[in-house]
Amino acid sequence: MRPFTYTRAKDPAAATQALAGNPTARFLAGGTNLIDLMKEDVERPTALVDITNLSLAEIKPITAGASKGGLSIGGLGKNTEAANHPLVRQHYPLLSQAILAGASGQIRNMATNGGNLLQRTRCPYFYEVSMPCNKRAPGSGCGALEGINRLHAIFGWSEKCVAVYPSDMAIALAALDAVVRVRTASGQERSIPFADFHRLPGNTPEQDTNLAHGELITAIDLPQNRFADRSYYLKVRDRASYAFALLSVAAALEVSETGNRIVQARIAMGGVAHKPWRALTAEKMLIGQEATPANFKRAADAEMAAAQPLEHNKFKVELGNRSIVLALQMALNGGKA
Amino acid sequence: MDQNENLDLSDDEKKLFEDLMPEDLTEILDTGVNRRHFLKLMTLAGGGVLAAQSAVAEQLFTKPISGAMPEELSAAAIENGVNLALNVNGSARKLTVDSRMTLLDTLRERLDLTGSKKGCDHGQCGACTVLVNGQRVLSCLTLAASCEGKTVKTIEGLAQTGTGRSRAGDSGAQLHPMQEAFLKHDGFQCGFCTPGQICSAVALLDEARRGDASYVTENVRRKTGPVQLSTEEIRERMSGNLCRCGAYPNIVAAIQEVHSGKPVEQTFRFSA
Ligand SMILES: Cc1cc2nc3c(=O)[nH]c(=O)nc-3n(C[C@H](O)[C@H](O)[C@H](O)COP(=O)(O)OP(=O)(O)OC[C@H]3O[C@@H](n4cnc5c(N)ncnc54)[C@H](O)[C@@H]3O)c2cc1C
Ligand code: FES
Ligand code: FES
Repeated sequence: MRPFTYTRAKDPAAATQALAGNPTARFLAGGTNLIDLMKEDVERPTALVDITNLSLAEIKPITAGASKGGLSIGGLGKNTEAANHPLVRQHYPLLSQAILAGASGQIRNMATNGGNLLQRTRCPYFYEVSMPCNKRAPGSGCGALEGINRLHAIFGWSEKCVAVYPSDMAIALAALDAVVRVRTASGQERSIPFADFHRLPGNTPEQDTNLAHGELITAIDLPQNRFADRSYYLKVRDRASYAFALLSVAAALEVSETGNRIVQARIAMGGVAHKPWRALTAEKMLIGQEATPANFKRAADAEMAAAQPLEHNKFKVELGNRSIVLALQMALNGGKA
Repeated sequence: MDQNENLDLSDDEKKLFEDLMPEDLTEILDTGVNRRHFLKLMTLAGGGVLAAQSAVAEQLFTKPISGAMPEELSAAAIENGVNLALNVNGSARKLTVDSRMTLLDTLRERLDLTGSKKGCDHGQCGACTVLVNGQRVLSCLTLAASCEGKTVKTIEGLAQTGTGRSRAGDSGAQLHPMQEAFLKHDGFQCGFCTPGQICSAVALLDEARRGDASYVTENVRRKTGPVQLSTEEIRERMSGNLCRCGAYPNIVAAIQEVHSGKPVEQTFRFSA
């Protein structure tokens, strides 16, 4: 690992100021992604500002503003605490499930909610510094585009980058229309709707998100919703646990009390794109329809028709199709197949 | 700053380097490897192997490290030192660490606690699992510098010291029930993953008492206080600890016994 200075920020203002003055400084939260990438020489910060002591870990009901009636989750709270908080379990079980589907007990005890959103791709070409990778070394090319790309994107990729975004938690947050709350370097607050938080690669794959350098994630707001009875996070992976998703689906339904009509549907996919992929085509098709396997299948077909698989990941098209149907079915049955 | 800091490699050192990796030497010298980095590199590569390859190596190795005691590393070996006070297995410890030093390396290389193992050094195996403030974490991804004021417990700190039946040698220590159960159920083969498995399992007991959910929990919305874990639940909750020897059935049996408080039948038999 390259040398770096280590300091602890005493408050959010000190934290953002410390980064504002130094383009190669980084926040250190749980460290589970950053330290790993520093050992790999992928990340090379000259200064780490430890933010884990900031009092930004609270989970509390939102009593005013646009998300009134929702729940605010501290940016520096641990993944374990978020997943197990009674209000999260009760009102946002999709989020609990998605967090618990990720990593391991040890890692979730360390990982923070803000850090989770900013974890970087697991593309092997990104990790291996002797390989070309536009995300790690802009202009060096994409090793995966015509290399081994079984794990890579089927939606929204560019010639510059076909990597996928690895977080499970973020897939649930995308489905729940969460809002990321940020403190800017100059001390202002700003809110970023989840759909605008992560980016597609385009010509600048080195930029994962629309967060500027030095901006601090203070909280993640969850708006109130009617999905708690009918949601499910389905994760498909190469081994049963402790593995990143090959593909995942966060599904949530609101169904009319009389009859079986879908009032609202949310579907977000992981492991298919450079950001959480909202299956908006499928969602639109489902509204007003009866919640039946046949309608789930029609919606999945329509969504997956737009997929653009690479050489080694054609399987993800059929897998995505079946996963959407199964996740919706599980959601409809309150988590049971 | 150490005097060695900016010195070029000595002729002996150059020769050793040349022996080891002749095609790299010019490049390495051109890119400005200094003596301290060279010695670090050599230490990393492992003295034994090198000594067998080159006679000079042995001489060199006796030079820089002689006399250095674990807790008194010379300041030159530390860059961006951070002063650290923490509690490890019940004792207060104070030391200065390089900002890059992980908790795992600090425990093993500086505090002589070699129970915690380095399996992968990248968060992928769980062999380095320790308890920090009572929670299981991976010490290989934890910077020591971030442990200021924290309480660390390692496998060495699980046994109760004092009276009681002694399985832990002469100290009169009484093993933690999880350690006893791993013995009874033969929860290991080579033992490399075992300290991490046991620390992880001890924390798992608390998490179950607290009522934490897992991905295989049937209904996360129901929060009911302490949970009784099925075998499937234990397997999922222990998935962050890999065992290359495949002792999983025995590990799960050991944990189930302590968790349920009831004897669990051993999955293995002695041959007749
Ligand atoms: C072996 C292994 C398996 C894993 N498996 C999974 C998995 O299956 N699913 C999954 O979703 N994840 C998985 N993970 C990833 C894990 O969830 C992330 O590493 C973790 O969530 C990152 O959080 P952190 O707090 O440790 O972030 P850090 O590593 O501390 O930080 C990550 C980045 O975010 C920045 N940052 C952190 N907090 C803030 C903040 N508040 N504001 C602004 N910037 C910030 C840091 O500067 C850094 O650039 C796995 C990790 C490992 C090591
Ligand atoms: S050594 Fe830490 S997880 Fe493998
Ligand atoms: S006992 Fe050998 S790795 Fe687990």
